[in-house]
Amino acid sequence: MIEILQQYWKAFLWTDGYNITGLTMTAWLLVASCGIGFCLALPLSIARNARNPLIWFPVWFYTFLFRGTPLYVQLLLIYTGVYGFGFVQHTEALNEFFRQGLNCTILSFGLNTGAYTTEIFAGSIKETNHGEVDAALAFGMSKATLYRRVIIPSALRRALPVYSNEIILMLHATTLAFTATVPDVLKVANDAYAQTYDAFDAFGLAAMIYLCVSFTLIFMFRKAERRFLAFLQP
Amino acid sequence: MFDLAGYGPQLLKGTMTTVDLSLASLAVAFVIGLIGASAKLAKNRLLKGAATLYTTFIRGVPDLVIMLLLFYSLQIWLNDFTDWLNNSLQAIMDCPAGSSLGWPLSANASAWLAAHVTQWVNDPNGPEYALPLDPFTSGVITLGFIYGAYFTETFRGAFLAVHKGQLEAARAFGMKPGLVFRRILFPQMMRYALPGIGNNWQVILKATALVSLIGLTDVVKIAQSAGEATFRTFYFISIAGLVYLVLTVVSNGALLLLERKYSVGVRRAAL
Repeated sequence: MIEILQQYWKAFLWTDGYNITGLTMTAWLLVASCGIGFCLALPLSIARNARNPLIWFPVWFYTFLFRGTPLYVQLLLIYTGVYGFGFVQHTEALNEFFRQGLNCTILSFGLNTGAYTTEIFAGSIKETNHGEVDAALAFGMSKATLYRRVIIPSALRRALPVYSNEIILMLHATTLAFTATVPDVLKVANDAYAQTYDAFDAFGLAAMIYLCVSFTLIFMFRKAERRFLAFLQP
Repeated sequence: MFDLAGYGPQLLKGTMTTVDLSLASLAVAFVIGLIGASAKLAKNRLLKGAATLYTTFIRGVPDLVIMLLLFYSLQIWLNDFTDWLNNSLQAIMDCPAGSSLGWPLSANASAWLAAHVTQWVNDPNGPEYALPLDPFTSGVITLGFIYGAYFTETFRGAFLAVHKGQLEAARAFGMKPGLVFRRILFPQMMRYALPGIGNNWQVILKATALVSLIGLTDVVKIAQSAGEATFRTFYFISIAGLVYLVLTVVSNGALLLLERKYSVGVRRAAL
């Protein structure tokens, strides 16, 4: 235990001397994929509630595909599958992009969490009190203003508890990155295990790190909920 | 379009492995969840604390980390255990007959134990193999252990949702706690638990893909090797994804039927 700590504490937290590794990499994966997911989900969740089937059906299909298959399969598809196409290898930009494990990981994580987040936000938008919408329309708000000023702020607030769950699940999902050679916390633990054959200590340390991050996130979301959902407190 | 390059039977077998693994893990997690929920609702402080520690730890740590931790540690623990057994066996052999080694066992019992352990350790495949710890079993143990925590939370909420008067009435009829559970608590609890069970089942189904990382030849693993062999990785991994999609849709249908069964006698507001 002490040996692993002495040798790997730096790698577990931020660097192995050459690259960014460990906790910093995990945090970056989480922030990047959740950022992409959020930006995808915001417009898609509005489209998901549209009346026109030509608009909502493609969005539904996207969330169905990405929520119905394991993230590991999606990662494999993007990391190993896409690179098999000839045109990807022969196009400079695509080749550059898909050759990096990190890019593929963030892309697949972003698409995956985007699908879940779309459903969360769409549910929340759907549950908007019709009185609020009526009032906004009575004020003469345009559709865009209605969404920008009334529906989206309230829907995002109400989605917060479920959304925080999704973020925690995404943190857990980032461990898959090590299969695409991204040096996150689990990869460092795996290296430590390969060198010492001390599985319990190596992976146990990683587990402790993830536990701390989970608790920190949960604590932060509790604070945020108390602030943004103050109007729902009994 | 739908040629599988001869990998069809293997993919089917892998799919069966995935389904088997999911169902076995579901069964283990279900039982652990029932025990955990009872422990969490128990009056005993120690039981409550242990169950709370279990659920917080598991739900705070990624499943893949727990899986690797348990998979590699279980093997080491098993090896240690068989080593220890070998040593104690040697000690029993070296002892003069009739003595009881200082264990709290009679001489007869030691002899019986020694005979059985000898037989087991002399198993031609070696003692490690006498205990089954292939990737499938490890997968069932770890997935069951992990999702047991999620089931614990699901069942805890469902137990609390059952009206207290129902249980009191059952006790008043003179039912024993086991009977109360079987006839009153469980059937009513299931209605509240089903949505949560459905969610957990979907998550377990998708989590089985991770078990291919510890060497199980499930549908993902076979799709991977088929793709590498034929240079059509995208195609074969898509097939694996399609298998999961079909499984998801089928289980959604099954859950709908179950939900209908357990909501018998509940009146819905007609809108």
